[in-house]
Amino acid sequence: MVAAVDNGPALLRALREREPDVAVVDIRLPPGFTDEGLRAALEARRSRPALPVLVLSQYVDQLYAQELLADGDGAIGYLLKDRVTHTDQFVDAVRTVAGGGTVMDPQVIAKLLARGDARGTTAELTPREHEVLRLMAEGRSNAAITHTLHIGESAVAKHTASIFAKLRIEASADDNRRVLAVLAYLKR
Amino acid sequence: MAAGRGGTAGVGAETGAETGAGTGAGTGAGTGARVDARVGAGAEPTARAQLRALARCQRLSLYSFVVSAAGALVVGVLMLLPIGMGRPLLPGAARALRRLSDRYRSWTERWTGTRISPPEPLPPAEGPRHRRAVRILGDDGFWRDLRWSWLEPWTGGLLVAVPLWLVGYGLFGAVLQPFVWPWLGPGNWYAFVLVDSTASMLAAAVLGLLFTGAGLRLAPTALELHARWSRRALVAPYTTELERRIEHLTDTRAEALDARADELRRIERDLHDGAQARLVAVGMALDEATRLLDTDPGGARALLREVRAGSARALQDLRDLVHGIHPPILTDRGLGDAVRSLALDSFLDVRVTADLPGRLPAPVETAAYFAVAELLANAAKHSGGREVTVRLAHADGVLRAVVADDGHGGADPERGTGLRGVVRRLGTVDGTLAPHSPPGGPTTVTLEIPCEIRSEIPCASSSPRTSSSSGTA
Repeated sequence: MVAAVDNGPALLRALREREPDVAVVDIRLPPGFTDEGLRAALEARRSRPALPVLVLSQYVDQLYAQELLADGDGAIGYLLKDRVTHTDQFVDAVRTVAGGGTVMDPQVIAKLLARGDARGTTAELTPREHEVLRLMAEGRSNAAITHTLHIGESAVAKHTASIFAKLRIEASADDNRRVLAVLAYLKR
Repeated sequence: MAAGRGGTAGVGAETGAETGAGTGAGTGAGTGARVDARVGAGAEPTARAQLRALARCQRLSLYSFVVSAAGALVVGVLMLLPIGMGRPLLPGAARALRRLSDRYRSWTERWTGTRISPPEPLPPAEGPRHRRAVRILGDDGFWRDLRWSWLEPWTGGLLVAVPLWLVGYGLFGAVLQPFVWPWLGPGNWYAFVLVDSTASMLAAAVLGLLFTGAGLRLAPTALELHARWSRRALVAPYTTELERRIEHLTDTRAEALDARADELRRIERDLHDGAQARLVAVGMALDEATRLLDTDPGGARALLREVRAGSARALQDLRDLVHGIHPPILTDRGLGDAVRSLALDSFLDVRVTADLPGRLPAPVETAAYFAVAELLANAAKHSGGREVTVRLAHADGVLRAVVADDGHGGADPERGTGLRGVVRRLGTVDGTLAPHSPPGGPTTVTLEIPCEIRSEIPCASSSPRTSSSSGTA
């Protein structure tokens, strides 16, 4: 731990000067108690791209998710505050972000998927593939998906390959690229 | 534009300037009378507009005879009152006069954009016959109409006759006189030219052309002046305007209180059925788990997992409740970004453009947000379209939001209960909703709320920019 701050301007200063390996940021901070944390994170990442930031919030908003993902650099996370109570998942999320990955709250993904269903963009997928897509979009690795769905590693690989083929997304070995590609597809 | 505010609440500063004119005899100096010359004043009047104005002057001057006839008729009926014959005739005569003055009001608004708020409707034709006449005699609007009918021919009628006379006389000099002057005999003057030779005839023709041009040029101005005069003579008295305003405010206040009570009831119910019930269940499960801890650790663990899920659901319930009362992004970012967030949640392709130089008052933001949310939901449910555009702009002290879809139209605002709630909510901030949805589409809904921008440093996010839910980011 290199710094703990309790307001927007101090956060921006700390992000710029200390260049942490990963920053866990609350979106709502003094002085305005609106979205100072988000603004500071975006501002810091403008001058230092891919500075790993995990943003926590009492609620999630699709617009904020889009803003955080807009630069396409990865090393970003956006989670509801209550996810912190699932300690192991939270620690996983911090590690993923620190490692340059992308973590999105299940609620953000659920909304994106609901939209995809309504628009028919994910109509070709089987229910199981739907599940796998959801977890991929949340930023889970193949290993984590294996663990969550209680299926074999090869089954996950088969599902992901099938999803990429059906949605015509270019498959990528890089986890972060994969998340971003899936999110970009869902946002269409 | 103030005229766009609709008849229900269109009483603002405009009528405040009208006090003197409304109570005086319409002959006072021009203090306070304001003519909103929206049409014709800004743009260079073209020949076509001048001709149109001239035709309208012609119509007004011919109608002067109708007006004076109506005025004379009403006075005749009034004179018959003492011998009892006027009573059955008065309501009809008064109504005929009102129809005529209403026609003038609508012409004035259509031709010059000057809105003349009408007086209260005449007393209804019901009850015993003699009472009807008495009620008419006690009606302020009736006497105003009568006064106007006697003054209009001598003021408005003469005013619009000026350009007509100029053009008529000018055309005679330029077109007719060159052929007929030899037969008009000696001492034939055209204005100040004695026409007794070809040369003087040509001079008179040139003069005639000038007269015609001047008349044409004057016609729009005469119409404007006529509108100003009509407004003074025909506008409802200031007290009537105030009464209307009070009535409107009383209605909307009652609605606001109703809506507030409804909302509190809904919040109470949601809390009771949602978070509160879940927390009770969590408490009970914790109790049970504590009891099982020694005897059945496995069962206790299962219960605790349930507790965790229950508390997560309770939190989600609270979040949904908060979002329904006042979405946090509206507080954080203001209307523009809150609507962009709505666009991202919509199943349709929604393009948002926001031109808001700062933050709006909180009640306005909330009312506009929920109105746009309802309109987007309606578009997704009923329009059958794929794309929606939302334009937000603040200009001339009015927030205007236009929501347009490419669906099949035919939306009936009377049907959806959601839209009625929106209208009610808008009413409390003097907002109006104007749907336009012809069969076959597209549907365009314009909502307007008069408000000022709160003086605040505009944040980067409220600068004009376009975002699209389908954009690649």
